[in-house]
Amino acid sequence: MPAIRVRDLRKSYDAVEAVRGVDFDVEKGEVFGFLGPNGAGKTTIVEILEGYRRRSSGDVTVLGHDPAKGERALRQRIGIVLQETGVERFLKVAEVLELYCGYYPRPRPVEELLALTGLEAKRNEVVKELSGGQRRRLDLALGLAGDPELVFLDEPTTGFDPTARRDAWEIIRNLRSLGKTIFLTTHYMDEAQNLADRVAVIAAGRIVAEGPPDQLAGRDSATEIRFVPPAGVAFPDIALPDVGVTIDDRGVLVRTEDPTPVLHALTGWALEHGVVLEGLTVTRPSLEDVYLGLTAEATTHE
Amino acid sequence: MLRNDAAIAVRQLRFEQKAFWRNPAGAVFTFAFPLLFLVIFSLLNSGVRIEERGNISFVTFFVPGILAFGLISACYTNLAIRMTISRDFGILKRVRGTPVPTWAYLAGQVGSSVVITFILFLVTVGLGVVAFDVDFRTSTAVGLFVTLGLGAACFCALGLAVSGLCPNADAAPAIVNFSIFPLLFVSGIFFPLDNAPGWITSVAAVFPMERLADGLQYAFDPRTTGLGFNGGDLWGLLAWTVAGAVLAVRLFRWDSDTK
Repeated sequence: MPAIRVRDLRKSYDAVEAVRGVDFDVEKGEVFGFLGPNGAGKTTIVEILEGYRRRSSGDVTVLGHDPAKGERALRQRIGIVLQETGVERFLKVAEVLELYCGYYPRPRPVEELLALTGLEAKRNEVVKELSGGQRRRLDLALGLAGDPELVFLDEPTTGFDPTARRDAWEIIRNLRSLGKTIFLTTHYMDEAQNLADRVAVIAAGRIVAEGPPDQLAGRDSATEIRFVPPAGVAFPDIALPDVGVTIDDRGVLVRTEDPTPVLHALTGWALEHGVVLEGLTVTRPSLEDVYLGLTAEATTHE
Repeated sequence: MLRNDAAIAVRQLRFEQKAFWRNPAGAVFTFAFPLLFLVIFSLLNSGVRIEERGNISFVTFFVPGILAFGLISACYTNLAIRMTISRDFGILKRVRGTPVPTWAYLAGQVGSSVVITFILFLVTVGLGVVAFDVDFRTSTAVGLFVTLGLGAACFCALGLAVSGLCPNADAAPAIVNFSIFPLLFVSGIFFPLDNAPGWITSVAAVFPMERLADGLQYAFDPRTTGLGFNGGDLWGLLAWTVAGAVLAVRLFRWDSDTK
């Protein structure tokens, strides 16, 4: 049985249908990336899974439970890292962890949580003295206090500097290697691409794409080749097979499904004529490009 | 399971206490204010005796009033503002996502207010007896403790209820203090109202502040015989406790905006 199973989930606020029939599964032990612009229904879905909100209709099971029932047995097995949730400001880091560990039947030791999130040096610091990044790490530590099987991470690295982000990613990879299931909501495509086994993109209350990030990024499989043609030289008078060529102020853009012969022809021509192809780049569309395309499409169809 | 949950409530209380004493604003307003009032008013009125109350010293009249004020500060004002801040800052939402049982979490919160009240009781009575020669009557101590206990239950329930009515942390101190201070002045807590217009005292007697203050003053009154139970005041407090508990259950919210 999957860790999370969602079928025809719908949620309306007054007359507005924010979630319009969503289906997906999250398998045990995978990192599931949940992407979508603000207002797409992302938070609503996550909070229904976490048990904070009621659904209007549809079936939802989380670790075999219906989260709407608010059962303690479920809350003992999940960890929730929300955005912008407070902690008692006048307790020390280790004290807050001790307090929260006490809520669970089989908590992770406080020492382990401190080490895992790199907060050992801050253990005796009062929460209100922590920096934003340290607070976020404490959020993560609190979400892991009960040694959960399933962890909900809501934009876990927002506001992190690049080093802190890499550290957080390392923690998430560690969790995955321990067999935990991770439901990762994020705005950062590189985060999803780096961490997620599978992603789902939601726009305007519906899932518009789902799959492994690489496969999703490869959906529109045209590779882009760019270069600036040498000054005073006409565009290479070579036959480029099956390509679309556009010339703009940034230079020449060649789009092709099969980049190998095109590159061979291009570089061969350049060497033969003794010219340099300035700024030669070969890129596959990133998840971000796909995401932007998909969400724009879904929004304009409204 | 129940034993584990009781342990959770006790741990919650312990950490709430730690946090309370580390927060200067809370500790000063809840704890130092009543004691400051006690010292200032007692010094200003030293030598004053109150004929209508069996010729007791002003301080003997004032100590039970300060006990009532301290109890209301700790159980109502402090609890209501604290819970509103916890909700507004998302602490309650975070707690809701853990397996902690609601009763154990709230018992920790309420227990912390009761502990503050008890410490205030010890310091207030101790200071009154040692520094101002207040006569603490052991014969009415049972009635005094029952009144304090019921008063704590009553004002904690009302505090939880009113926190549900506060829209956010910024509004909480204004709403909570405004709901309490006018009534404190007409409840005979800071000065006797034996010569005040009858309609004012009649209105005040409807509310639990007057009931609490009167019940505590009764236990300190040298004319009181028996164990110090003032039936009318206790019934009044009980009625408000029930009303407060019903309202608290209806109004309590874990989150400010979740639908």
